[in-house]
Amino acid sequence: MKPDFTIERATRASRIAGLLSLVLIVALIAAPWWAGRANMRLLGEVYAFLALASLWNLLAGFTGLVSVGQQAFVGLGGYALFAAAIFYGVPPLLAIVLAGFVGAIVALPLAPILFRLQGAYFAIGTWVAAEVFRLVFAQVSALGGGSGTSLPAHIVTDIASTRDAREMVIYWSAMALGLGAIGVVYAILRSRAGLALTAIRDSEVASESLGIDIARTKLVLYVVTAALTTMTGALIFLQKLRISPDAAFSVNDWTAYVIFMVVIGGIGTIEGPILGTLIFFALRETLSDLGTIYLMLLGAVAILVMLKAPKGLWGLFSAATGITLFPLRRRVVSTDAH
Amino acid sequence: MPLLSLEGLVKRYGALLVTDHVSLTLDHGEALGILGPNGAGKTTLFNLIAGTAAASAGRVIFKDRDISALPTRTRCHLGISRSFQVPHPFLGMTTFENVLVGAAFGRGLSERQASARALEVLELTGLMRKANALAGALTLLERKRLELARALATQPTLLLLDEIAGGLTEAECHELIATIKIVRAQGVSIIWIEHVVNALLAVVDRIVVLDFGRKIAEGEPAAIMASPEVTSIYMGLEA
Repeated sequence: MKPDFTIERATRASRIAGLLSLVLIVALIAAPWWAGRANMRLLGEVYAFLALASLWNLLAGFTGLVSVGQQAFVGLGGYALFAAAIFYGVPPLLAIVLAGFVGAIVALPLAPILFRLQGAYFAIGTWVAAEVFRLVFAQVSALGGGSGTSLPAHIVTDIASTRDAREMVIYWSAMALGLGAIGVVYAILRSRAGLALTAIRDSEVASESLGIDIARTKLVLYVVTAALTTMTGALIFLQKLRISPDAAFSVNDWTAYVIFMVVIGGIGTIEGPILGTLIFFALRETLSDLGTIYLMLLGAVAILVMLKAPKGLWGLFSAATGITLFPLRRRVVSTDAH
Repeated sequence: MPLLSLEGLVKRYGALLVTDHVSLTLDHGEALGILGPNGAGKTTLFNLIAGTAAASAGRVIFKDRDISALPTRTRCHLGISRSFQVPHPFLGMTTFENVLVGAAFGRGLSERQASARALEVLELTGLMRKANALAGALTLLERKRLELARALATQPTLLLLDEIAGGLTEAECHELIATIKIVRAQGVSIIWIEHVVNALLAVVDRIVVLDFGRKIAEGEPAAIMASPEVTSIYMGLEA
C-alpha cells in the first residue's frame, strides 16, 4: 500500500509562541492605559526599528543584497510625508501609506542600476544613492533646504485634537507598522517567493536551471522592502515632527544601528532581528548615559558576537535548543503513523 | 520531427574551440549516451543545450523551436532539465524542499500541486526516508539522487544527466540504473554523459563520441564500443 504524506510547518514551540504573542499583542495594544508617555514613545521607536531590522534582514540575510543605503528610503519616506502633508494637505496617516507607493516607484528604476553592481560594490552603490538623495533634498528650499523644517502645528492637531489621543494614534500606527513588517517578511518567506529566495541564496546556478527567474525575484523583493522601509521612514519623522537632510539620510541611525541589531540577533532568521532590536534598546536605555564609552561597548558587543557567534545570539540559542518561533521549514509527515 | 536537434554548434572561449561544429538529433523517447575523454567538451555541450552558456555559432532546436537565444530558466520551462556533474544542492534546505523548488518553478505549479509532485519524485528516487534531512547532511549517492530528483521534479521532456554514476559503488550504480530506466519508461528522453560505460550501455539506444569538441563517432552502442575511435580513447576496455 502506498503510504500517504502531508506537509507540516508549525512546530510545538511555534504554536506556543503564537499563543503567547497574541497575549503580548493585546498587552501592547493596551499600552496607552498602562505605560507612561515616555515609555510609549520608546515603544514607538522600538516598533520602527523592528521594521527596519526585519526589512534589512530580508534583503541582506535572505536575498544576499547587502545594502548600506536603506537610509535613502527612510529619508525619502520622511520627506514624502512632510511634502504630502504641507503641500497637499494629505492627512499624515494617509501620507504614510502614500509614502510606501513613493518608495516603490523610486526603487523600481533605482534597482536595475544598483543590481549591475555585485557584493561590496552593491553595498557602496546603495550608500552613494542615499547620499545623492540627501544632497537633492538639501536643495529643496520649500522643505527648509539643508537646515530642514518642522511639521506645522495645524497638521499635527489634525491627527487628533488632544495630545494624548495623538500619542495613542501614532503609537498604534507604529505598532501596526512594526509588527506588520515582521508579518510581511514572515509571509513572504513562507510563500513560493521565499522558497525561490532561499534557493537563490544557496545556489544561483541550480536555481536558474530549475526555472527560477533570479533577476525578477530580487527586483520584487527590493521594491517591496523599499516600500515598507519608506513607510517606516514616514512614521519615524511623524514621531519626530521635524526633518532635516542630515537626520533623514543618516547612515548611522538608519543603517549602521540596524545592521548591528540584525548581526547580533542573528542574520538570516526572522527571530534574530527582533532579538537584536530588543538587545540594542536594552543596552541603549541602560548605558547611553556613558556617552562615548557606550558606543565603544556597542562596538565591542558586535565584535564579540561576530567572532563567537557568527549566526548571532538567536542562532546560538536555536542551535542549542532546536527552537524556532517562526517555522519556515516544510516537514514531510507520514499520515500512516497516526 | 526529432525532439532536439543541434545544428553546427560552436563554442569558443577566446582562441580555444571547445565545441567544434557539433550536429546531432534526438528523437522523442530516445536515450542517447555521450562518451569522450576529459576535456572533450561534453559538459559544454550540455551547457549549450540547457542555456548555461551561449553558443558562438549554430542553433539548438527543441520541439520545433529555435531556443538558442533563450535563457536557462525558459528552456527549463519548455522541458529541458539537467543534473550537474558536481551536485549543487541547496544546502540550507531539506531534501524535500530542494525537490519542491524544481516542482514549483520548473512548471509554475502551485505549492500544493508542487508538494504532491515532489513527494512522487522522492518515492521514485528512493529519497523519501531522507525527505526531512538537510541537503548538506546527505551522502554522495544521495546527493546524486537529489540532482536527479530535482531535475525530474520539473517534469522534463528532455533530461540531461552529467556523470551521475561517477563515484558510486556497483550496487549503488545498479539502483540508479533501475531508477533511470523507470524515468525512461515514462517517456522522458535522455542524454547521458557518463564514464561508467556499463551503466550507459544498460540504458541508451545510441552513443555519440566526442573528442576535442568534435563528434568523432555515432551509432549503436555495440558498434561504437568496438570502433577504433573508442578503443583508442578507452584503451583496455576491449575484452
